[in-house]
Amino acid sequence: MEYFLELFLGGTTRGSIYALIALGYTMVYGIIQLINFAHGEIYMIGAFVALIVAGVCTIYGLSGVSILILAGVIAVIYASAYGYTLEKIAYRPLRGAPRLSPLISAIGMSIFLQNYVLLAQTSDFLPFPRLIPEFAFMEPVAHIIGSPELVILVTTFITMILLTLLIKKTKVGKAMRATQQDMSMARLVGVNVDRIISLTFVIGSALAAIGGVLVASYIGQVNFYIGFLAGVKAFTAAVLGGIGSIPGAVLGGLVLGWAESFAAGYISSDYEDVFTFGLLVLILILRPSGILGKARKQKV
Amino acid sequence: MKKLTVLLSTLALVLSMAVTGFAADTIKLGVAGPHSGDLAPYGIPAMKAAQLVVKKINAQGGVLGKQVELLIQDDQCKPEIATNTATKLVTDGADVVLGHICSGATKAALGIYKDAKIPVMSPSATNPPLTQSGDYPNFFRTIASDDMQAKMAVDFAINKLGVKKVAVLHDKGDYGKGFADFAKKYLDESGKVEVVLFEGITPGAMDYSSIVQKVRKENAEALIFGGYHPEASKLVSQMKRKRLKTVFISDDGVKDDSFLKVAGDAANGAYVTGPRDLSSIPLNAAATAEFKAEYGAEPGAFFQEGYSAALALLNAIEKAGSTDYDAVTKALRSEYVETPVGNIKFDSKGDAEGVGFSVYKVENGAFTELK
Repeated sequence: MEYFLELFLGGTTRGSIYALIALGYTMVYGIIQLINFAHGEIYMIGAFVALIVAGVCTIYGLSGVSILILAGVIAVIYASAYGYTLEKIAYRPLRGAPRLSPLISAIGMSIFLQNYVLLAQTSDFLPFPRLIPEFAFMEPVAHIIGSPELVILVTTFITMILLTLLIKKTKVGKAMRATQQDMSMARLVGVNVDRIISLTFVIGSALAAIGGVLVASYIGQVNFYIGFLAGVKAFTAAVLGGIGSIPGAVLGGLVLGWAESFAAGYISSDYEDVFTFGLLVLILILRPSGILGKARKQKV
Repeated sequence: MKKLTVLLSTLALVLSMAVTGFAADTIKLGVAGPHSGDLAPYGIPAMKAAQLVVKKINAQGGVLGKQVELLIQDDQCKPEIATNTATKLVTDGADVVLGHICSGATKAALGIYKDAKIPVMSPSATNPPLTQSGDYPNFFRTIASDDMQAKMAVDFAINKLGVKKVAVLHDKGDYGKGFADFAKKYLDESGKVEVVLFEGITPGAMDYSSIVQKVRKENAEALIFGGYHPEASKLVSQMKRKRLKTVFISDDGVKDDSFLKVAGDAANGAYVTGPRDLSSIPLNAAATAEFKAEYGAEPGAFFQEGYSAALALLNAIEKAGSTDYDAVTKALRSEYVETPVGNIKFDSKGDAEGVGFSVYKVENGAFTELK
């Protein structure tokens, strides 16, 4: 039973990170039907920015938690700026183009950003300071759930509540939902659609950066390539939950995290990916639009 | 005029053949390996090592009073070319051969040398079956085979750490899985320990918490990991986070400063195997100095092993008193020789005794060799 709990919590931690990144994929897809393949790179850039900030902060003698918050905030701002710019230069000029063109542009940006970080920083693995302190009250259960996992779970939970409030309760959120439902209609009633799209990219990137900082301080290393695998997994989570659906992305992330954790724990980590992708195939056969996805009617 | 040219060149040809004929009274050391192509950096240092050794020995009066002659052949590390190379060396009358460099090329060529009864010594072919299969009694090498590391790690875990339950993990790659497979084989053969877990992990995965929990559940006292440092750093960090007391043992792919840097504190107490530190051997430094004086650069891969192989082969001929196959192989197996990789002789299968790996312990953020 304890083992089950360990695996469950491990899977939840991993899944909540997938969910954070998957939200970016799903929000962008919901509005402009684009799969932003460069999203994983934004996650990686968030982690790198946090590393640099943490380095600077350490020189100025700040301590653990304050560095984590400061590095997190700066990483979020920086990554949001990247997301905004990305949309502006790589996707907006292709707004009216066939759907394949922005997709290719996205893959191009992904490769560009990876190599940019590779050249500007390094190809080596860099140590990331363990910014999350070990809380004394967690010590008795540290072997089941450690302080970093707790911080990750709490942070992602708060972030998701804030996101829900933003979308459900604010005017901007209403405009986002309107744009998602019908872009031209939203424009007709006075919604600045371009601004909403930019905002979606900014929010998605901010979430990815939060994920990046949390994961980096959890596992203690960063590299220019970490965004690729995380991006693929988060994209899978988004599809699993139903791409375009925000609760779907969260659920998809968690399901994926649990599937990986239980597959590795009870069967064999050799087949971890086999089971998770097998699950994806199965769900897509039974529910082609994902767990919570709604089948869109093609308007002719 | 044209006739004269033809006459001269014919004469030159005849003369050059005659030179080979007259010079029959030399010891012929064949050198085969990649001297062109993209793998040339693996072959050229050994070739230059042979040239340096031969130059030195000839200056001291040669072997058995005869001068040593080098027969250098390029095999480009390709098995299909290596068989031609071997045939050429055999027909040229090589007494012993230093080579080949790549395991594949070596394997292809060995049969030809075996039929011609020529002892062969590779400075770099690490494929285990080359010696262990027993198919090639004429084959020797001055480098440890791939499975030596795993054997070293397993012996250490059993004899020094006294563990009873071991988990073996790998990164599913050729190198890591190869190491893990051998480790499992030796653990099973020892009969003293139980392999409680044998699995591959996905390189680059976000975290390894489930596999770490599994190691805990199985109560493994030691974890032997085959792979490279990024995954190893993640594993040791997570083991520390989860308060595991399991000892971490890994391979040469982890013996890298990045492991120390990235894993930080978590790396302390881990053990890794890696090539022995040879810099304290006087001949090693001397060989490097000799190379630098001649070529003005750092020697490169397999130079020390190549130098050692050339010395070992010529020493065996000297000790055997002739170039007779049986006498030379017997001398290789029984007579110690001082080389840059240590004072070595060869075991019955052809692996150099005393060459190989050491266990290093991570202490205070540095690798310390355990004697």
